[in-house]
Amino acid sequence: MAADPGSLINWSLLALSPPGWGGVLLAGFVNSLKIAVGGYALGLVLGTGGAFGKLYGSPVIKDLLEVYTTLVRAIPELVLILLLYYAGTDLLNQLLTALGFGAADVSGLAAGIFVIGVVQGAYSTEVLRGAIKAVPAGQIEAARAFGMSPTQIMRRVTLPAMLPHAIPGLSNLWLIATKDTALLAVVGFSELTLVTRQAAGSTKAYILFFCAAGVLYLLLTLASNIAIRLIETRARRGMAEPA
Amino acid sequence: MTDQTVAAVALTELPTRQSFLKPHRIVLMTIAAVLLGCIVVYMRWDWVPKYSGKLAWGVVVTLAMLASTSILGFLLAVPIGLVQVTGPRPLKWLANGFCTIVRGTPLLLQLWLLYYGLGSLFPQFPWIRTSFLWPYLREAWPYGVTALTISFAAYEGEVMRGAFAGVPPGELEAARAYGMGRWTLFRRIWLPRAIHRALPTLNGETVLQLKATPLVATITVIDVYAVISKVRQETYITYEPLLLLALIYLCLTAILVVGFRYFENRIPTRGA
Repeated sequence: MAADPGSLINWSLLALSPPGWGGVLLAGFVNSLKIAVGGYALGLVLGTGGAFGKLYGSPVIKDLLEVYTTLVRAIPELVLILLLYYAGTDLLNQLLTALGFGAADVSGLAAGIFVIGVVQGAYSTEVLRGAIKAVPAGQIEAARAFGMSPTQIMRRVTLPAMLPHAIPGLSNLWLIATKDTALLAVVGFSELTLVTRQAAGSTKAYILFFCAAGVLYLLLTLASNIAIRLIETRARRGMAEPA
Repeated sequence: MTDQTVAAVALTELPTRQSFLKPHRIVLMTIAAVLLGCIVVYMRWDWVPKYSGKLAWGVVVTLAMLASTSILGFLLAVPIGLVQVTGPRPLKWLANGFCTIVRGTPLLLQLWLLYYGLGSLFPQFPWIRTSFLWPYLREAWPYGVTALTISFAAYEGEVMRGAFAGVPPGELEAARAYGMGRWTLFRRIWLPRAIHRALPTLNGETVLQLKATPLVATITVIDVYAVISKVRQETYITYEPLLLLALIYLCLTAILVVGFRYFENRIPTRGA
């Protein structure tokens, strides 16, 4: 166990090509990014549908969505990931065999995106619902008076007008999505956190590798913050400055 | 921006009882009851009695983790929030950096950094091995408590910063006009009012903290999640233990939400 303290800062371990582990770490980071982006996008789609369903859907749809958001927000992500990971791949395989296809080998990436997306969907449903409710009713009424169809209203008025209200919540969700990808390490998907642990375990330079991974995550967060600020100024153009 | 907490969308509301029983709800509840019946009848639950004692103990560990880290984290959050409002500058930067780093990296990574990183570092120092702390440093739970406490402190520190900054300046001015010293003013007016303002978010933060506790199972702390993992390894049953686990967390969340609401109703509030 006792490595000599000098190995704490053995920078050559981070070299991009073997025997350095830098390349492996970066590959894991790219995997994390893929899952975060995919899961977030899926969550946005689910969330948009969920928000409109909760606001304008039939009573049954409203109740079912309520159950969905309540369950996801009350059960730890780690448990949800396990449940969805096993249940999702299982159901898909049963469906495929029922349809006469062979059982598919679900890629970890697709499963990860699905799991993160379902979790994110519940949260973004709530965020978007709040944002849609913040759009002045008169604007939507005016759109109706112009004779626009519901989809046109959504595309031209509701979505653009709600965006400034939704951005703080949605940017939060993006940051959560990037951090939630780490949980997939528990189901053995080789994203950044898991490969970091493998690298640290095989070289015994634990602190170096975990700090390096931390820096990667942090850079992602900081870069996201800059991007969010740009998007926010663009979405808010023409609006009065918030007090 | 990102200084808004996620508490806004955390689960803090339960359905009210008003007009709960509508025709379609009765149909939905019947379907749910049938589903539940199928789950109870057709799935394997024979392992539950054997593990019930361990499960109960696991729940106790989870709740102990939650309570200790939330309380410690909140105590840390007060100074972290305060120095970000008052300064001095170096402390302000320090607190700000702490919050950014902790909130910008996954909790799982922090946990493993502490457990594997420090755990591999400590044995190299003979004076640590001979100190009274050594027996504890070889356990897993102190690392879990530390990581969860730090995380709670960072998120709640951000909330407290907003709460301290949001106390109306007139109230503080009035206190100064009464001739209160800085410490008295802080103790009598500023801190109570800030905590008062932060209370609504505390519920959401605590629910999120409960959801973070199962991570300590990855560093060999035996909480309720770890017990269920053990059940799955020993019985080769995939779904049933996970369903029970989800149910346990659902109940714990519900208890938290109801408990917080009870206390919130007892604290007099006028407006915001």
